[in-house]
Amino acid sequence: MQIKEAPETFDIIIVGSGAGGGMATKILSEAGLNIAVIEAGPFFDPANPESRTQLKWSYESPRRGASTTRDFGDFDAAYGGWDIEGEPYTKKNGTKFDWFRSRMLGGRTNHWGRISLRFGPLDFKRKSLDGLGDDWPISYDDVKPYYDKVDKLIGVFGSNENLPNDPDGFFLPAPKPRLHEMYYIKGARNANVPVYPSRLSILTKAINNERGVCFYCSQCNRSCSAYADFSSGSCLIFPAQKSGGQIKLFTDSMVREVVTDDSGKATGVIFINKLDRKEYKLNARVIVLAASACSTARILLNSKSKTHKDGLGNSSGLVGKYLHDSTGSGRVAFVPDLMNRETYNEDGVGGMHVYTPWWGDNKKLNFPRGYHIEISGGLGMPAYGFGFNIDALNKFIGGNVGGYGNALRDDVKKFYGAMVGLSGRGESIPMESNYCEIDPDVVDEWGIPVLRFHYKWSKHEILQAKHMHDTFEEIIDGMGGHALGNKPTEDEEFGLLAPGRIIHEVGTTRMGNDPKRSVTNKYQQLHDADNVFVVDAGPFVSQADKNPTWTILALSWRTCDYIVSELKKQNI
Amino acid sequence: MNRRDSLKSILLGSVATGLALNGCTSNVQKPDGLPKAEEGLLYGRTESEKLRDKKLFESVFFSEHELSTIAVLCDIILPKSEAYASATEADTAEFIAFIVKDIREHQTPLRGGVMWLDSFSNKLYNKEFIKCSEEEQFNICDQIAYPGKTKPELIQGEAFFTRLRNLTLTGYYTSKIGMEELGYKGNTPNVWDGVPDHILKKHGFEYEEAWLAKCVDQSKRGDIAQWDDEGNLIS
Repeated sequence: MQIKEAPETFDIIIVGSGAGGGMATKILSEAGLNIAVIEAGPFFDPANPESRTQLKWSYESPRRGASTTRDFGDFDAAYGGWDIEGEPYTKKNGTKFDWFRSRMLGGRTNHWGRISLRFGPLDFKRKSLDGLGDDWPISYDDVKPYYDKVDKLIGVFGSNENLPNDPDGFFLPAPKPRLHEMYYIKGARNANVPVYPSRLSILTKAINNERGVCFYCSQCNRSCSAYADFSSGSCLIFPAQKSGGQIKLFTDSMVREVVTDDSGKATGVIFINKLDRKEYKLNARVIVLAASACSTARILLNSKSKTHKDGLGNSSGLVGKYLHDSTGSGRVAFVPDLMNRETYNEDGVGGMHVYTPWWGDNKKLNFPRGYHIEISGGLGMPAYGFGFNIDALNKFIGGNVGGYGNALRDDVKKFYGAMVGLSGRGESIPMESNYCEIDPDVVDEWGIPVLRFHYKWSKHEILQAKHMHDTFEEIIDGMGGHALGNKPTEDEEFGLLAPGRIIHEVGTTRMGNDPKRSVTNKYQQLHDADNVFVVDAGPFVSQADKNPTWTILALSWRTCDYIVSELKKQNI
Repeated sequence: MNRRDSLKSILLGSVATGLALNGCTSNVQKPDGLPKAEEGLLYGRTESEKLRDKKLFESVFFSEHELSTIAVLCDIILPKSEAYASATEADTAEFIAFIVKDIREHQTPLRGGVMWLDSFSNKLYNKEFIKCSEEEQFNICDQIAYPGKTKPELIQGEAFFTRLRNLTLTGYYTSKIGMEELGYKGNTPNVWDGVPDHILKKHGFEYEEAWLAKCVDQSKRGDIAQWDDEGNLIS
């Protein structure tokens, strides 16, 4: 069988259509370049009624929204999940690592939490501050203009607070706190923990004439049919197409490798069309990888050639290394003052209206770096699992445990909306010993060698999780609540979730000035092949106590400006 | 349609046939607005998900006897009254018949639980649970429905009853009837402008001026956002 080669040569091939790939599609197509976007999943438009789950009721699903078909429940917009049939990954040495992939146009931007936090000045210079990990080769000032542009282009609500490491921006106005969030504010202040309006890329106000304004269904994870939240398709790729960009979408197409010539320069990519199971080759002047930190590492490691014997961009041996995810742990509180609530529509936006950025002083703590706190709760739509925990709650108030009959109905109503969830999401220390590599024995159903993960948390992350739980309990006390379940112990690593669970994996193609100690330069350009760029979270030197998406978007934009400038100068 | 036929329809996959248990155990009609048979699968499924649903609907797990027993227990857990619908009127038994096929870890505990219940009932009354009088059924349930008070030798029965109570509550309150009873008012496009004043007040809260200043003025939500150079919103 011969590889089918497309006759045309594109200016740019973009691999992946999530945040980084979507931004690249928009910026590079607006520069007049001829672009191919290759996506491993199907086309997806949240406005399409055929695939829409927004505003569906739990009872429209026969499993009432349970998570047996989709990992985050029937109505979540992610096609894919922790395990994808036919596309395995492996782990070694007792590693626990879970890898979430969305196979669809827009990738994981279709279902994510929309928490859109800029990194702060300190986040780019961590080694200088605590001696751990490495500094980025760029600073906040390099990225700030792009954060500003992303705020204005995509829209994010929040508030300017003049905080030292959580920079101000161009915010849309925030929604008012919900009732349980008022309790959180009270509890946090009693525990000397600050609270601010959250920062989510949801349109509480019009940002242009093309996208709708939030209508408060709380279902951003279902992807908004009015385009009132940020998804890569609805906010970047479709607008780029509408404004006349030369964009060819190749969906259901899984890239296997980047092809290079004898000089080591990339000439194109080989992908497998999942519908006909045939191989195709596309050629381009520049390759932009945006497949996600781990998928990009996989493509590079599988792109072996005479000049790139250990994989493309891997002369440092660091492709796949320094893989790290955010730390995460959570606790749920029962707040008796929230019992027997009068009900009203409290859906609000999709996610929290208030949050706590990191406030601690590490000089006084036994762990480095910090975490932010996310809040959940309220009078949400009942779905599978609703009503399961009534006995646990009755124990707190000395109520009857168990039973049957209409008294149960009163219990259900009594406890509806009386729970508040707190989740910590923090910064881990990037380590060379945490990595993904190619499993020598296993291929997926497309014949592509798969990733094998090796990952172990250090004491830094475990002690941070302990601090999270101590803080949660103080806040819960401060709001007059009871923490449910047992506080996780040292044997349980203080409730620290397995790496991968927070879905913020970064660092696999980290940037740096020294080609021996980094994979890309400060423009996310491979040291080893100057016409290959990485615009997902792979080039992150460290993942702050923030969420990566806003930084992916800003850095992708910055890299695309650089690509356009280098093409004009005929440097690539 | 008699009860036997209606159970059969669940066993054969009631969504496929459009028949529901509740139409026969009581005279209450299936309320309007619940997804009809053919509409039941219109919730944004991919092709492979449609196929998975179809296979689940076509497969059968519970026997007629098992499902009858579960339906009786559902209505003991959430009975009909003047104010309230029964669990089976909200299709709860139908939901449980589906969910055991979807979440298979429920299968053995529920199948074994029904068998356990019949054995216990046989021991006490020399007949299967569903053949017992209401009073006898309540007497059995009383012995397994109250965690913490169950005799050690009946703990397995308690585990079964607790699981079934969970599934009944979940099935009922995720139904249209149940959500209405609960007072869930969301899933509707609206312009959310904070917690109603009287509720805030009742909980001893009020919105602070400084915080409100950062919040959306809903009368200007349609005005396109503009900022000054410092990031202050000016529209």
